[in-house]
Order: sequence, then C-alpha cells, then structure tokens
Amino acid sequence: MIRLCMSLIAITTLAAPPIVIRNANVLTVTKGRFQGSILVRDGKIIEAGPKVMIPEGARVIDADGQYVMPGIIDPHSHIASESTNEGSISVSSMVSMEDVLDPEDIAIYRALAGGVTTVAVMHGSANAIGGQCSVIKLRWGRDAQGLLFDGAPPILKFAMGENPKRRGTPTQIPGVPSAAPRYPATRMGVIDVMRQAFLEAAAYRDSWRQYEAKRQRGEAALPPRRDLKLEPLVELLEGRRLAHVHCYRADEILAVLRLAQEFKFKIAVLIHVLEGYKVAREIAEAGTGASTFTDWWAYKVEAYDAIPYNAALMLRKGVLVSLNSDSAELMRHLNQEAAKAVKYGGLSEDEALALITINAAKQLGIERRVGSIEPGKDADLVVFDKHPLSNYAKVLRVMIDGEFYFDRDRDMSRRAELEARKKALLDRAREREKRQAPSRRRPS
Amino acid sequence: MRVLIICSIFAGSLLAGNEDSFLLRGATIHPVSGPDISGGMLLVKDGRIADLGAKLAVAKGVRVIEAKGLHVYPGLIDSGTQIGLAEISSVRETVDAVEIGDFNPQLQAIVAVHPASEHIPVTRANGITSVISMPSGGVISGQAALIHLDGWTWEQMQVRSPVSMILQFPVIQTGGRRFAAAAARTPFAEAKREYERRFQQLREFFEQARRYQKAKQAGGPGFQTDAKMEAMLPVLEGKLPLVAHAVRERAIREAVAFAESQKVRLVLAEAREAWKVTGLLKEKNIPVILGPTLELPLEEDDPYDKAYALPAELHKAGVKFAFASFSTSFSRNLPYQAAMAVAFGLPYEEALKALTLYPAQIWGVSELVGSIEKGKLADLILTDGDPLETRTDIKQVFIQGRAVDLDNKHLRLYQKYMKRP
Repeated sequence: MIRLCMSLIAITTLAAPPIVIRNANVLTVTKGRFQGSILVRDGKIIEAGPKVMIPEGARVIDADGQYVMPGIIDPHSHIASESTNEGSISVSSMVSMEDVLDPEDIAIYRALAGGVTTVAVMHGSANAIGGQCSVIKLRWGRDAQGLLFDGAPPILKFAMGENPKRRGTPTQIPGVPSAAPRYPATRMGVIDVMRQAFLEAAAYRDSWRQYEAKRQRGEAALPPRRDLKLEPLVELLEGRRLAHVHCYRADEILAVLRLAQEFKFKIAVLIHVLEGYKVAREIAEAGTGASTFTDWWAYKVEAYDAIPYNAALMLRKGVLVSLNSDSAELMRHLNQEAAKAVKYGGLSEDEALALITINAAKQLGIERRVGSIEPGKDADLVVFDKHPLSNYAKVLRVMIDGEFYFDRDRDMSRRAELEARKKALLDRAREREKRQAPSRRRPS
Repeated sequence: MRVLIICSIFAGSLLAGNEDSFLLRGATIHPVSGPDISGGMLLVKDGRIADLGAKLAVAKGVRVIEAKGLHVYPGLIDSGTQIGLAEISSVRETVDAVEIGDFNPQLQAIVAVHPASEHIPVTRANGITSVISMPSGGVISGQAALIHLDGWTWEQMQVRSPVSMILQFPVIQTGGRRFAAAAARTPFAEAKREYERRFQQLREFFEQARRYQKAKQAGGPGFQTDAKMEAMLPVLEGKLPLVAHAVRERAIREAVAFAESQKVRLVLAEAREAWKVTGLLKEKNIPVILGPTLELPLEEDDPYDKAYALPAELHKAGVKFAFASFSTSFSRNLPYQAAMAVAFGLPYEEALKALTLYPAQIWGVSELVGSIEKGKLADLILTDGDPLETRTDIKQVFIQGRAVDLDNKHLRLYQKYMKRP
C-alpha cells in the first residue's frame, strides 16, 4: 500500500505541470543578472532568460520586483542529525552521519525559510579524524532517505587545533567526574594521529592490492579482514572521498596541507580556516578550497586573529572560497553573511553570492547539479522580495527539485490553525491530567 | 563691536586647531529626533553640537569638513555588551564579567573596563559609539556603565556610571548554560528548590537593604557603612533602574511583580517572550532591552520568524525598546539586528530610534546622546548610506566631536597579509 502511494506520488511529480517564474530579477551567479523568466520542468531548470516561451498548462508565478537566486548551499552544518561527535576516540572514521539523520529536526524548515536548499551535515570537531558526513537537500517532510543528495561524493571530516586536543587536558567541571585524558593534547599530537592513521590506511590498501594481485595470478590467497575505520581513509587516498578539515591557525593549516602531499591526496576543503588569509598562497597552490565564517572572532584563542576580510583576501589570492554557518541560526541568513564579503574586502555582487552557492557546490563536488541558475541544473531556487545582499531582504519561496518546500504566505496563513490545534491538544492533556488526579492537592 | 568680531576671528583660528570643533557641510543630516535635513550644516563646538540647519551663519576660520553626498547620523548605542570586560570569551583570564557570590550590587563594571581591548576599535569602526558594559554573575551581578568607545582611560570613556543595576532574575534551570556542562543536568525538583531559594534570598536582600536605608536615615550610634547596602540605595530610591534579565514569560511576570512590590524602576533585558505580556509591559510602562533579533525561536513550534518579528510586535503594542547584542565580538553587527526587525515589520524610523534615541532615554542620558540636537555630545557617524545595511561604509566616526581612528586589528591584519608576497 505504502509502495503504491509512493509510486502515485512519483507519478504525480512527474506529471506535474511545468512552472514558470516570470518578471523576476534573476541572479544566476555564473551567467550574470537579467530580468526575465525561469522555466522549470521535472525538477530541472529548462530555460532561463529575458524571453522564455510559456508552455501550455504551465503554472505561472509572477515575481514582479522580486529576486530569484540559486538555492543557498551550506557546506558545514550540524542540523538534521541526532548526534554530532563520536568523541570517545581520536579516530572515528567508521561512524557516519547518514545513520543518525533526523528528518524531523525543525532546523531544516527554518533553514529552508532562509533560502538554504543543500547542506553538508558534518560530524563534529571533537577528534582528529571524525566521521563520514552526509550531503542532503532540505526536502522538509521527506524521510531520512529522502533527504540525501543522490550522487554527492562522500566526505570524511578531520579536525585540528583546540577542539580535538581539548580532551587531552580535560577541564574540571564541578560535580562531574573528570574524564581520562585522551591523546592528543597538542597540535603536534593532532597531526601525529592523522599521520599514524594514514600509514595504517596505506598498509591496509596495500594488503588488499597484494591480495587482488595474487588472485589475478590465480594464486591462493585469503582476503584481508575488512577494517571499517580504514576504508574511508583508503577511499580518500584513492580520490573517491573528499577530506574536509576543520582548522583555524596558519601553522596547522600548513601542517595538514603538507601531510596530504606526503600521502599524495588533495584536501577538498579547509573548514573555518580563520587564519587562512595568512597562508592563502599555500592553500591556493595546493588547489584546496576554503570555507569560512565572515566575522566570528575572539571566542577562543585560535580565533583571535580572525578577520572579516578572510573570505575576500583568500579569494583574491586564488583560493576557491565559500561561507559556512556551523549554526542553525546563522544558516538562516547566509545571504547577509555574503554581503559582509562585499563590505570587508570589496567583492562584487556575483563574487559574494558565489560564496554561498556555486563555490560551495564546487567544494562538495556537486556543481554540475546545483549552485547556479543554468539550464539542466536542479531547480533549486530562492525567491527574495529584495536583493538578497540587502539586510531587508526576506525569503518568499523556496523550490527544491522543482517543488516548493517553503512559501511564506502559506506559512503565515497556517499559523492560526496550528495555534488552535496546539491549544486543543494542550487543553485535552490538561483535562486528562485533572481527571486522573481529582483530589490530589499539595499541602500549602 | 569691532572688538567682538576680532575676537570671533581669533577664536575661529583657535578652533581650527581644536580637534573637537568643526563645521560639517553638505551631508544629509538625520537627527532621528526630528526631520532629515538634506545638504545641511552641522556645527560642532568643543565636542558638542552647537547648531544644525539647512544654512548656518558660521564664523570665519572654523574648520570645515566637506561631506557632500554623505549622511550623518547619531552614533549607535549597544544596550548590552561586555566590551572592555571580556576579550576572548573562552579564556578565563581575559574575562572580568562574572564574580563569585550571588549578591554583588557593589561591583562596578566601569573600573574593570580595559581601554586597550581590541574589541573597542573593531566595534566603533561600524558606527557604534557607546555601549552598555555589564557584569553578568550570580543574582545581582553589579552595576553597568555606559561607555564611549574612545578614551585613554576608563574615566575618559565613561559616559555615565552606574547606569543600572544588573539582576539575573531567578529561574528554574535544569540544564547547564554551557555546552560542556550539558552532562550536569539538574533534576526538576532540585532546580525548582534552587530557584525558590534564590528568589527568597533576593526578597530578603532587598528587605535587608531597606532596613539599612532606614538605619542610615535614623543615623543612630553604631551605624556602619556597608558597601553592598550602599550600592542598593539608588535602586531603592528609584534613581537607578534595575535591569532584570528575564527571558521567558514566567520570569518576566515575576520580575514585573517583584519590581512593583519593591517600588523600583524596572528595565527588562533579553525578554524573548515579551510578546506574551505586551499588555502588562505597556500598562506598567516598562522598557525592554531586546536580545539579538537574529536568533532562533525559543520553542520548536514557534513560527520561524518569531525573533525577527518580536520588535514589530512590541512596537505595535506600544512597548518601548532598545536593541542590544548581548555580546562582545558581535556588537559591531548591532545595526543588522535592527534591519532584520525592519524586514519583518518594524517601521524603519523606529528601528533607528531603538539604536539611538530610545536607549539614551531608557538609560537616562538623553541630554547627552541619542540624537543630533543642540547641546548634545557630538557622537556622530558619517556614512555613504543607510547604516542598517551591511554594504554601507562608515566613512568617519566622531565621539565627543573627535574623529576617532577607524583603524583596528582586523584592518591591520588585512592590509599586512594582502601585501604578503
């Protein structure tokens, strides 16, 4: 029955009429800006330009005076996950966020209402090698499986600096039994943990290669025992998985870039990377991306040299730069964060918008699908009432794969009904409580 | 007559060397307290606003600052920060905001303001000219100060101290506030007992202060001055407002009832559920210091834009409020908190007032700051547009008529590393 319903839904989706958003100020990010229309069919952008033929039976949405940009991509977030850190050990590459995705997290809807359509759900930064991460689309209302961004390359999270070494010198919290110290306690130790893990992974990879070679030669051979901790690292060494490295200080950034060179793989993204501007040349030379905050600073020592010019400076020095939120709140207005890169460092509008769209898509390896308004790409679109780099801009609608998942008018019009329903439920619960405890009174 | 003219010329040439006196010409003046004057003139003399208008007769020799095409606004005021008290929030040694003990009304934030804090030049570069710097420990945390973000010493920075007494209104708190303390959850019954104990202590502390007040008035033999009790006197006399941090409805209602029973002046801070009690706040004429607008809703089933729309709701209900960052490193983003409120229904003029005139009124310093009016301190910002928009550049900041240096740690590092080969 469920399957039948599902297939019916699928059929109706396929048969859904094309949608035309017209009279809009379209910010394509990669192909400039124009006043015109976008034709969407079967979840894809079919056409976008000043003049678009409206097919028969199309649903036409007038966006006169409004702005349409590609769905915002947040390459580092912890929403929609039931847990964040497997911090008990320093290498936890076997754990995966995919196992703990929470499709009912209200943060998904709130992020949608801020124009976000794609998110990388990350493992935390409690350990040097964290877990596997999931790229999802914010298809609010779908189950965990339905959130996954099909075809997005897998990711493994690494972390450097204060967070992974914190457990090496645990803080005493009164009333809480203090944990035993966990190696590492220093930046030297963090890079050592990583190097040891890659040495192990390389040996593990070689043992499989030897086994395969023997088999090819027809020799008798026992397969090595599978190691779920080392497999993701091998994938990384073989270029089948992306490394995202949480880092702050220039020294640790350089250390991890050199470690990657030592093991002959490329780090996809340095995350947070607040001192990236100090080693922008080295990051650019390594062909590594950087995903940063705009103006977070002074919340810890390694963030004391953070500057809001970081994104612009790295971009000017040739680094592929994106912005990330790391926060269920900040992610709701990443468009305003992009505006800060105009203020601090003088990026152009397109450069600023690219920080939260196409650049993030490139870093996640999904740029052929999302990140700009171009024919053939997924119809992930955000409609703002004003230019998205204005602080007064409000999200009106959000489309993912050609379907609207957020509509401000609909949200507003449902509020009274939801409020009434909540009240009825609460009243009923209180009534039941009263009935169940009729004469119990507390002595005054 | 001739003597007078010579005098004014002489004075004029003296003024030319005076860094806190000048004529600003050509900018659109946004006084906030009155209508805008486009292409107007603004005369500043000895750090104060001497005159403003479309055209002023100005003595010769006055230093002229040409500002055609630019805009001048009063400096923005952040009504809740720990600027000067906290440098790096995670490093204990750099934080002087939380003292040991629950009742510390005698503590003065002003004496611990670090004038060389890197936060000061960073914050003022975005148009914030004065901030409330407040302690935050225990139940009665101490006295807050209004400080200028300029000065060699905290004495020079001081606009007024104290401006308020800070109270963390007791609440039932089961979870630790900090992430790290999440493991240390308190059972509800225990949390409730702790709340009742604190609330009782708070009542007793006020009663004690009242007895002290009477004893002092009576002036009998053996009366001894007590620093904690002395600090409470201006609160009891209604001279110093009590700022109660009360986030939820229950705490807000209890704080209002408590202030009324004690006959003290109340200002609410971080009152995120103020929308549930607008009638009460309007009726009792209680101003609210709003926490960040860019904030998640408190409850899972609150509308997504609850925090964005709170200022508009309070405005519609006639409740007076001012914006605050309740932060140190994010104080510079204060104007954007106000802008978001405008996007979600707050009239623009009100947003601007809640950053300038209203905080000045709430803190009892409207004769000094908060608008561009004759006689007020020349705390001014010169911009190329609307200061609530991120993309607007702050071209110059004047504090008491002095053009302050907009250089700061961030700009220096940027320039240094931009040049790195």
